[in-house]
Amino acid sequence: MTQPGAPVSESSGSPTGAPSVPLIELNGLTVRFGNRDILHGLTASLRGRAIGLLGPNGAGKSTLINTLLGFYKPTGGSAKVFGQDIGTNLRNIRSLVGYMPENDAFISKMNAVSFVQMMGELSGLPSRVALERAHEALFYVGLAEARYRQLGTYSLGMKQLAKLAQAIVHGPKLLILDEPTNGLDPSARQRMVRMVREIRDSREMRIVLCSHLLRDVEDTCDEVLILKQGQIAHYSDLDEERRSNKRFVELEIYGANGDFTAAIEKLGCECAVTANRMKMVLADGVETRDIFRIAAEQQVRIRRLNFRRDTLEDIFLKAMES
Amino acid sequence: MAVYRRNYRPYSGAQTPEWSRFLVLFRYSRRNLFRSRFLTGFLVLCFFWPIACMVWIYLAHSASFLAKLGLPPELISIDNKFFFLYMTVQGVLSFFMTAFAGPGLISPDLANGSLPLYFCRPFSRAEYVLGKSSVLGILLSQITWIPGVILFIIQASFAGASWTRDNLWIAGSLALSSLILIAILSLLSTALSAWVKWRIVAGALLVAVVPFGAGLAEAINAVLRIDAGHFFDLRYLVATVWTNLFLVDNERAVSVGQAWIAILVYGSICLWLLMRKIRAYEVIR
Repeated sequence: MTQPGAPVSESSGSPTGAPSVPLIELNGLTVRFGNRDILHGLTASLRGRAIGLLGPNGAGKSTLINTLLGFYKPTGGSAKVFGQDIGTNLRNIRSLVGYMPENDAFISKMNAVSFVQMMGELSGLPSRVALERAHEALFYVGLAEARYRQLGTYSLGMKQLAKLAQAIVHGPKLLILDEPTNGLDPSARQRMVRMVREIRDSREMRIVLCSHLLRDVEDTCDEVLILKQGQIAHYSDLDEERRSNKRFVELEIYGANGDFTAAIEKLGCECAVTANRMKMVLADGVETRDIFRIAAEQQVRIRRLNFRRDTLEDIFLKAMES
Repeated sequence: MAVYRRNYRPYSGAQTPEWSRFLVLFRYSRRNLFRSRFLTGFLVLCFFWPIACMVWIYLAHSASFLAKLGLPPELISIDNKFFFLYMTVQGVLSFFMTAFAGPGLISPDLANGSLPLYFCRPFSRAEYVLGKSSVLGILLSQITWIPGVILFIIQASFAGASWTRDNLWIAGSLALSSLILIAILSLLSTALSAWVKWRIVAGALLVAVVPFGAGLAEAINAVLRIDAGHFFDLRYLVATVWTNLFLVDNERAVSVGQAWIAILVYGSICLWLLMRKIRAYEVIR
């Protein structure tokens, strides 16, 4: 028996602080199949706890994941996962990763327990430990009652859950999910998203989620890389984006006159008024309570106040238009 | 952790050595294989001939039995021809065993797209092929060289030290001829099942490939009036090597060296085909 792979505590992000080594580092990564460039010189440094890979179909999301897992060889540039080069430390990287592929991937003549146990053993778990953890993983994903059924008899949603179970059975440091909600009905999708969020919040695992469903990524990720035609179209730190968008406020007001707008502008805010609506960007140091104070002084009624922020859809559409 | 807590729990315990991971695949594949009653029955059937040979060896050394039949002891001789015959019968059974068991090892993984699940782990393609092939290797060993060597030991125990000393090479021939057969059958069946994802079709293809090769060889030889057609007949090539290993007199159109090279070429082609298909994802250029 040997101890598990390389130490990653520093790179995997401690539960308390930001990681010192990026989770994924891309340096001009290029992948070419025949004469087609699938990924063109991607360069990025991703450190988030949950990273979303977004893009339309054929953007290169799955190719990027498959390259990080060593399924495809880069034709140019390099990539690192947990600071380890995929060209030289692939086996080490794979021992730290749990992967849930997009397509059907199972062994039809096996029940879920045997399947997940085997995958655990292939990852290096001793047989008894793998069996114990297979049961735990299947309970965790919600397949407890069906765990002795053959995988071939599972519904699509159950197969997705079984794939998730095999991806986490060995306790990876990084969980790569390729379209985890593909083909799921709304309730199964919600369950899957909730589980991914739980895993993210447990801080035991970092997540890379590849999807073309913006909602899934928005619900689960704190960092987004948008790909378009094999290139990085946009990189977005969603947490940062959420924070910065808090400065943008929409008001529905009644009884206002020019004085109210002037008073607001005096605080250094930018305003635009249309009928009963007012949009403003709060200046530094100005809080909403200042708005309420001025409204009270001017006897202006505020019916509604919204922090309007760019949704991921806005960000995505902007990236696609660029 | 108790399962009812339903929390994710990281793992930081000991891991198994990397070299032993292919044995996991071997163990599970073998377990899956023996779910088939037909296979178990056929395996039992494969032991009938070795048992018959064992009885034959016993009777050959039973003076009272020979006396009853009025036969001189040297008439039933246990020699290289006897072991060659043993291997020929077991070789045919091995072929059918491979046709049944071989495709079921890899085809389901390809049909169900499970290869990415293997290769996203610290587990290589070579280990995968080794793990799957070793199932066939052990299975075919059980019906070829292992009973063969046991027969040799039984014969040696009856015949005495001088016979054993003079015929020790037969044991080597048994092992080597079996290894050639096991290697080529394993490679052929795994390569075919990697290309034809449907298990039954892959099995049928394996059964068809060998007679087809023999037919093609005969056709080429007859039409072109040459002997080179035999290079398409894998059965003939293996038999050529075996006759040489067991020192059985048999006029062969292909030399032993050529047969060895041809077998190696076929093995290499199978390995190449196999490695082209055994990938996490197929790249469509």
